[in-house]
Formats: sequence, structure tokens, C-alpha cells
Amino acid sequence: MEFAELIKTPRVDGVVLHRPFMPTVEGTLCLTGHHLILSSRQDNTEELWLLHSNIDYIEKRFVGSLGTIIVKCKDLRIIQLDIPGMEECLNIASSIEALSTLDSVSLMYPFFYRPMFEVVEDGWNMFLPEEITLTLLTDEWRLSSVNKDFGVCPTYPQLVAVPKAVDDDTLRKVATFRHGGRFPVLSYYHKKNGMVMMRAGQPLTGTNGRRCKEDEKLINATLRPGKRGYIIDTRAINVAQQAKARGGGFEQEASYPQWRRIHKAIERYNILQESLIKLVEACNDQSQSMDRWLSKLEASNWQTHVKEIVTTACLAAQCIDREGASVLVHGTEGTDSTLQVTSLAQIILDPCCRTMRGFQSLVEREWLQAGHPFQQRCAQSAYSNSKARLEAPVFLLFLDCVWQVLRQFPCSFQFNEHFLVLLFEHAYASQFGTFLGNNAAERLKLKLPQKTVSLWSWVNRPQEMERFLNPLYEPNNLVIWPSVAPQSLLLWEGVFLRWNRSSKCLDEAYDEMVHIIEYNKELQSKVNALRRQLAQLETGDGLLETP
Amino acid sequence: MEHIRTPKVEQVKLLDRFSNRSTTGTLHLTATHLIFVESGTSSSSAQEVWILHHHISSVEKLSLTTSGCPLLIQCRNFRVVHFVVPRERDCHDLYSSLLRLLRPVSFDELYAFSYNPKQNDQQREEGWQLIDLSAEFERMGVPCDQWHWTDVNREYKVCDSYPRDLYVPVAASKPIIVGSSKFRSKGRFPALTYFYQEKKAAVCRCSQPLSGFSARCLEDEHMLQAISKANPNSRYIYVMDTRPKLNALANRAAGKGYENEDNYSNIRFQFVGIENIHVMRASLQKLLEVVGARALSVTDYLLGLESSGWLRHIKAIVDAAIFLSKAVTAEGASVLVHCSDGWDRTAQVCSLGALLMDPYYRTLKGFMVLIEKDWISFGHKFADRCDQLDGDPKEVSPIFTQFLDCVWQLSEQFPQAFQFSEWFLIQIHEHVHSCQFGNFLCNSQRQREELQLREKTYSLWSFLLSEQHNYENPLYSAALAERNPVLEPSTQPCHFKFWTNMYHQYDRTMHPRQSLLKHLLAVRESSCALEKTAHELEAKLQKLGVSMPSLGLGSAHRPRPQSLILGTPHGHKEEDGEQEGEGLPARSDGERTVEGSSATENSYAELQGPFGAKAEPHLVSLEFGVARMTC
Repeated sequence: MEFAELIKTPRVDGVVLHRPFMPTVEGTLCLTGHHLILSSRQDNTEELWLLHSNIDYIEKRFVGSLGTIIVKCKDLRIIQLDIPGMEECLNIASSIEALSTLDSVSLMYPFFYRPMFEVVEDGWNMFLPEEITLTLLTDEWRLSSVNKDFGVCPTYPQLVAVPKAVDDDTLRKVATFRHGGRFPVLSYYHKKNGMVMMRAGQPLTGTNGRRCKEDEKLINATLRPGKRGYIIDTRAINVAQQAKARGGGFEQEASYPQWRRIHKAIERYNILQESLIKLVEACNDQSQSMDRWLSKLEASNWQTHVKEIVTTACLAAQCIDREGASVLVHGTEGTDSTLQVTSLAQIILDPCCRTMRGFQSLVEREWLQAGHPFQQRCAQSAYSNSKARLEAPVFLLFLDCVWQVLRQFPCSFQFNEHFLVLLFEHAYASQFGTFLGNNAAERLKLKLPQKTVSLWSWVNRPQEMERFLNPLYEPNNLVIWPSVAPQSLLLWEGVFLRWNRSSKCLDEAYDEMVHIIEYNKELQSKVNALRRQLAQLETGDGLLETP
Repeated sequence: MEHIRTPKVEQVKLLDRFSNRSTTGTLHLTATHLIFVESGTSSSSAQEVWILHHHISSVEKLSLTTSGCPLLIQCRNFRVVHFVVPRERDCHDLYSSLLRLLRPVSFDELYAFSYNPKQNDQQREEGWQLIDLSAEFERMGVPCDQWHWTDVNREYKVCDSYPRDLYVPVAASKPIIVGSSKFRSKGRFPALTYFYQEKKAAVCRCSQPLSGFSARCLEDEHMLQAISKANPNSRYIYVMDTRPKLNALANRAAGKGYENEDNYSNIRFQFVGIENIHVMRASLQKLLEVVGARALSVTDYLLGLESSGWLRHIKAIVDAAIFLSKAVTAEGASVLVHCSDGWDRTAQVCSLGALLMDPYYRTLKGFMVLIEKDWISFGHKFADRCDQLDGDPKEVSPIFTQFLDCVWQLSEQFPQAFQFSEWFLIQIHEHVHSCQFGNFLCNSQRQREELQLREKTYSLWSFLLSEQHNYENPLYSAALAERNPVLEPSTQPCHFKFWTNMYHQYDRTMHPRQSLLKHLLAVRESSCALEKTAHELEAKLQKLGVSMPSLGLGSAHRPRPQSLILGTPHGHKEEDGEQEGEGLPARSDGERTVEGSSATENSYAELQGPFGAKAEPHLVSLEFGVARMTC
């Protein structure tokens, strides 16, 4: 298929662009295969380059022959284009609609994007699965390549870490007992006390309480002698009960006597998607009523979801760090709420995950390699009115939770809020291939490393990285326990109110903060230099004085 | 001391508000404070709680439990403490002593009269002279050809709740003022409170007219005419009635009411719709009930926030102030603001409006001047509103707290516009209720003079200025204020937030575990020390004959005193073992406090309880607690 077929009117003059809190721009609108471009063709005026894949929904309006297209983006921005000429407007609108909903992955922009920068460090090779997990390995764990051809579990990577005492045949058997073949694998190893966190799909106990000796053997193999563990089921007990009817279920106490099961209620797909839609609708509501805002915010339930996820992650971290117990986390598939919990728990427990590189590695390991279906979940954002089936802001919720912790511990993270916002944007629409595909198998098939550029290749260039570093960062080796009181969990303004306020004041304040810290560092090095100089002179004098 | 029956009770338990933790210690009752000292730990790390009697708003004896008799104390600075006293008798003694102590019957029982900060009379006098309102009017450009000072209220005869020194239009003669004052509730005639020199537009304030259904007063009409004429830039003035229309209408039946546009030439009348003191009191009470709940869910929190109406009221006040500021700065029109008596809503709107218009009021000193002018001198009834003496509970209302909340909302939207941080606002709030300084005592200037507060008590402002470095906003930019003097805040409801650090100031678990503000203050402090060290080193090197290039860095940052207390102003609330010296304090890698908590005390879920095959799905109870974080 040629993009040209979809573009009936590639160019319209005299188009007026309205953006929130920015001056309007008049210029020429151009459509390319992947971008909507508006250029005033004057110096000093910013051009608009919008990826079609970033467009969530468009609305058309007509007043006489003046058409207006309201473009609602996945990053929650809303812009307005006034286009003279009804036909042009209709053509543009239908082209945008077609181009923003391309079915085929291989037509996506990352396959056409050529970087304007030199790739110094290839992001595709930065976090190879072996390297990621090797750092976790001890005598008790090994890397298994049982899933080399993705036959045992289609959503797992080729290499997974499992207890040394368990052989590949056992793993194959366990896979048949777990949802989607997602047998328990190592997610995190807590160096401080040797406790571990594992994740899996739900056990397929069904209504008649099926057992699987191998599964019991596998997860018991992760316990130290005499120790007990916790199973954190991210579903409410009644949801877990209902899952039995569909062949799923949860670990029965009788079969897993060394494990204590705790149920938490983290919501799934369509509920989360509806929550996002309601929240964004509330944030964009222009009415001035405080009561209306608060009741809409409440009705969206977004903050409740945030609280539930942070709480569950803290619980998992508490079991590991405080109770000295190992933990197994699962929900139904083990690709959504499970990953929210395991990754956030690592942020709390492991200082490495709070560094720039460590956080990237965490996203790579616990989200991309672990098989979170990004392409399905992020296909639509808050404005699309098509029926959501697989879409859900699972990753956005995770980023929101990280932001909550970052806000409570502003000196403990090497990266800043901008980096989290960046990840949100790129998960939904990107020139990079990182978030394409739903799992490692699909990515391999798409040959992403060969055909696209990795987001990490770009982010880790020093000139880009600078924007995402937290000037307040002071490394510490501590476990950080956030407060989960509703008063302590705020609405993430950086994402949800980003487009309905002017960011000027906040940006300037941020720059001033950076300045204060930079100035301090400059002074520090100056004083050190002076000290050295003085010391040299004094020892020099000393030498002269002693005969 | 005669009210204290039991000065000391041992083995008292202090229960944490939001978790199941408790500490045991000794409770001391002094003439001014209730003090709890944790026992059993080394004296340096023992927890101490000092509660000033004036801060206590209520004491409740709850029903007897197996561990003793619970005593619940709620404070006006939003502290809530829950003691359990082992013997019922002791508890009753404490209870009845406190009941008497927290309800002083005369002003001379207040702490301000016994508080002695070891200053001599001259220092005390200097403290009181710090704020000079006539100098403030001069700064605004008054007197000028259209506005002058009047001695009409010299003996407080025209209006006993107004200050002596007042400014009125030159065209308003004394008979007009006196006539107008007779037509205004409590004699509070229109007087100047802010002058916007650039457009010669004035902000005046008064109380409601005694218009009833048809009464009119020629002097009052002249008065408004004079205010209008004093502004050559606008043909009309705005009259802002800050009440909801319904309230104003109801007042007409009582012979009060609002201005009839037909009787006054060239006025534009506007209702604003801020609720009265009773609604505000109930609103705060509801708010505190909501956020004080244990294991609060997000739903209950947000619904409670909504039904309390608190943020709605805050927004109404900010909206009114924005209206005022726009009328003055954009239209160049003068504005007359009133409510019923003109000392609550009027004070809120006038002061907040001036804060939006004039960057001076966003400085530390300017903010003190603003409070002194619009609140203290114009007779906001602090004694009644803050319940300083045993008075009518219906007069109590968090009007001033709301003003501080509004200022905080603005500071969140404009992080560089204010020279002070929220700690300053919280500290002022603390002392409005502490009765430790003379500034906020009584209801009017006249009362204050009668009590000779300037001779017998100390001024809060000099105390705050002496530790100014604690209250500075490190991000403040004076240059920015010059470029954009008038603030234009967003009025969208989503930009108004619950002020956790105020209403949970004593609930440390709710705060961010690392404070950005504290960190930046420490960095700035360190920079000052480094500048000094650098200069010393340079001097030494020069002595040794090395020529130095100039530092070239220090211009933007002026040096400040070295003794920066890193904690919040509330002394013992924060402790931080940061080492002294230049550079950012080096941290040891082993163990460090990050104002964090431990998981066990945070208990995200109950993990205790028997293991076993029968373990049922668990009821998770969430609590919060704070403690050290170790690695």
C-alpha cells in the first residue's frame, strides 16, 4: 500500500493552528505518510510536527466554508486547525483518520525513521536478557533457555531465570498449569537478605481444584529451609474465585502449606481505560465548579487505582525486606497488574532501579521482556470513542505510581518527572521501535533491532540525557517507603493538567532550582581547587624552610 | 497555677493518630504548656510534645478502656493528640485543669503577657516599630492630590473598630465622612486600603449600607462620588459586595443591605458570593473530620473534600480577588469592597487582591505589612475569630486561615513569585493562635491601645525577621516580579489543592519524605559558606603572593548568616544529623535518615497472624506511621 493513496490533499494554505497557551500560527498544512506538519514559513515561528500515530481522535466542524478539525492526541493534548475550504477540510480529516489507524505494524513510523544523530550506544544491545538476569543470579538460580523458540510460553523471552533445582522438563509441565504458559520466574533478588520476588500467570486449578506437583515443587524450591513465603494475588478474592469457572484460579492452601496468600484488588483493562477517559474528561472540563471537579475526579477512580497499586507494591516489598519472606506475584495473565506490582516493588527496594540506567533496565526487563502487550494496551488513549477491548493505561498507571514515589522522595531518583512523561508519550506514539510489538517473540519477528532505532539509543546521548536528570539526586542505598494516604497521593499534573495550564512559571522555577544546585557544585570545585593550590604552596614553602 | 491540680502524670501513653503505634512517657502540666516526654529512651532522642494551652481547641475525655482513660486533645494548629492516662482520677484532674486553662477569661491571662524573649525595652520598641503603616501608604503614593490623611477617627469616635489613621478622597469633607459612617454598619465608612499608583485607581473598603428597603444617605452617595472623582481614568467605580446575593437581600429586612444603583451615580454593583463565617466554620470542621479518619479511602477523601466545600470557598475568595485585581489593573477603575461588617470577607478580598497586584506584598516584609494593614489595623476580630478568650463559639471562624490557604494556592501556581515559603505561612498561622505575641490579640486597634500591648508584649514580626532565612523561598525571583508585577492565576478548579502541609503539619507520615524546600535551603546555605571559604582561601593565597582572578560567581547570591536551622520552624519537628562545614553534608553510607518510615510501621497490610492451611483471604488494614529508614 502506498501512503499517497490515503492522502487526497497533501497541502493546504492559510490554515490556522490553535494550541492551548500558545499563540496561534497561520501557515501551510502538509500531510506526509507519518506526519501532520504545519509551517508558517516564517522565521522564529515554531513548526508543528505531529505523528499520525499520536492522534487519538478527530472532530470536524463547519461554519460556512471554514472547516475546523479538532485533533485529540494520545499525549492528551488537544489542538485545533481552521482549514479554509470544505473539501480540503474533509480530505484532510479522512486522511488523518486513515493514517492514524494503520493496521500493519510494519507501516509504522519507526520502520521509516532514520536518526539524525549518530547512535553511539545501541539501545537494542544495552539490556540483553542474559545481562539483565545474570546480575541477579546466585548459586540457587540459573538461566533456562527452555523457551528458546517461544514454544513453552509465547509471551516470555527466550531466557528466564528459574531455581537451579528445577529442570527444563519440570518447567514445561509447570507451564501447562499456568495461564498463558507463564510459569513462575525470577523477577527480583533482594541482595540484602537473599529473598526473591517471582511472577507468574494464575494457576489453572479450575473448579475441581487441579493440582500440579511440579508447580508446587518449583515455587517451594525458592524457599529457604524452614522459611515461608507470600503469594500476592492482585485480584480480589471474589474475582479470583470467579476465574475458577473459566479454568483459572488460585493456589489452594492445602497444596501450598508453606505459602500465605493475600488478595489485593487491582483493576483490569476496560475498567482502567474507562477510568482514564473519565479522568481526562474531568481535567478538560471548562466549568468553573469546584464540586463538579472533585466529584468527577472521584468518579474517575484513577487515584484509587494509583493507591491500590502503590499499596500492593509496598506490601510485596514489605514481605521481602521486613518479613524476610519470598514472594510470588500473579493476577490472571500475569502481564499487567502483576508487572505493576513487581516493578514498583523494585523501585522501592532497589536503589539501582532509581537510577537512569537502572530504570531503563527495569522497563526493559519487567515490561518489555516480561511480555506486557504494549501495542494492544496503548493502541488508543483517552479520547478514542471506539470500543476499547484490549486498550488499558496499565503502563501509564505504573508511571504515575513511580511519579508519586518520586514526589515523596525527590532526592532519591536520578531521573526526573520529564523522563516519566517521555516514556508515557513514547509508549503511545514514537519514532522509535522500543514499544512496538506485544512481546519478545513479536519483536524478534518484526526484526526491530535491525529495522528500527531504540528509544534508549536516543535518550542516553549525553545532550538528551541532561534534560532527564534530576538535579537533586543524591544516591542512597535505602529502601524507600512511600505514604499511601490519599492526602499524600496527588493528581499527576505533569500529564493530566499539562495542556490546560501554562507551564512557563513551573519551567522557570525548575531552571532556577537547577541553577542553585549547579552554582553550588561550581563553588565546591572552586574551593577544592583553591585548597589544592594552597596546600601545594604550603608544602612547597615547608620544603624551603627545612634546610 | 491555681488551676493545676496534677502537675505531673507518669506512664501516660501517646497514641499515634493514624497507626497502632504508641509511646509511653510522662505528662507535665505547666501554667502555659502541656508537655509529654517519652520515657525509657536516652534523653537526647526522647520524643517531646509541647502543646501551648492557647492552641488547644477542645479536650475530650473518652470512655474508660482496659488500658486507662483516654484523653483526646484537638489543637487549632491542626494537631490532634490522643493520650491514655492509666488512672481515671489523674485523667479527670488533667481534664478539668485543661478546661479551665484553655479558656482564659481576660486578656492578661494570655501567654503574651508572660512571654519574655529576653529583650530589653528598646528592642521591644524596635520590634513594634518595624511595621509603619503611614510609610506604607507613602510607598503607594498617598497622600497625593486626590487622597489625603484624615484625623476624623482620632479618638475612635466615628468608628471604634477602625484605626486612627485613615485615608480618604480629598473631596470628602468631615461632615460627609461622619454622615456616611452613620449610614454604614458599625460606622465603617469607605476608607482607602490600597492605591494603584499607575492608574490612580483605589481600593476602598467599608461595611454594608443601612439601606433597608428604601433608605438613602446623601453623604454616603457623596462619599462614593468622591471616590469615583478621585480617579480620573475611569468614569465609574465598582462596588463589590462579597456576599451571596441571598444573604444581602436577607439583610435588607434588618435595615441593612446593599447599594441601590439608582441612588448612586456611576457605580457598577457586583455580588461575589463568598459564604459567611458560620458556613466557613462548619466547612473546616467537616474537612478536618474527613482527613482525620483512619484508613481513609480515596473515594471518601475526595467526596469528603467536596462535601466540606472548603476548596470551593477558597476558590470563591481567589475568584473575588482576581475580579478586584482585574478591575483595578486592567480597567483602571476604583473598587469599593464590602460584606456585612467589612472585617472578614472584605479583609480577605482586599488583601488577596493587593497581593495579586503588588509584588511588594509578596516579599517577607511586605506580607507582614499587608497583614498589619488589612487585617490587624482594619479590625479583623482576631480575638473572636480565633477564640482567644472564652467567648461565643459562634464567633469563631477560620477566616484568616482561609486567607493563608489562598496565598499558598497562589504560591503553588507561581513558585517564584513569593519571597517566603509555606513555612512562613504556617508559622504565622501558628502564632495567630498561640497568643504568644501581641500582634493578633484583641479585636481592634483601640482595644490594643487600651491594653498597652506595645509596652507589655512583643511583636511577632521582629521575631520572624530574626529567623528570616528559615522562611525564604529559595526560588524567589525579584526580577520576575519586576517583569510581571500582576499575577494572573488560573481559576480552574483543578488548580486548587488540599494543603497537606498545613492541615497535616503534625502528621509527618503524610509529608514528602524528602523535602525539596529544605534541601534547596541547605544547598543555598552551603553555597554561602563556600563563598566565604573561597574568599578566605583567595586571601591566603594572595598573601602568599598568588594573584587571583575574581570569583565571578557570587554576585547573584548574597551571603547570609550561617546558623540555618534545617528543620521547619517548629523546632523539634525535624531533626537531621547533617554535618556542618562547607559543601553538601557528606552522608555515611551505612545508615541514614530520609524522613522515611519503616514498612512495619507503615503496615501496608497486616502480616501478623497465624500461618496455616486455613488462612483466610486477608482483610487489609492500612495505616501510616513514621520512623527511621534503615538500609
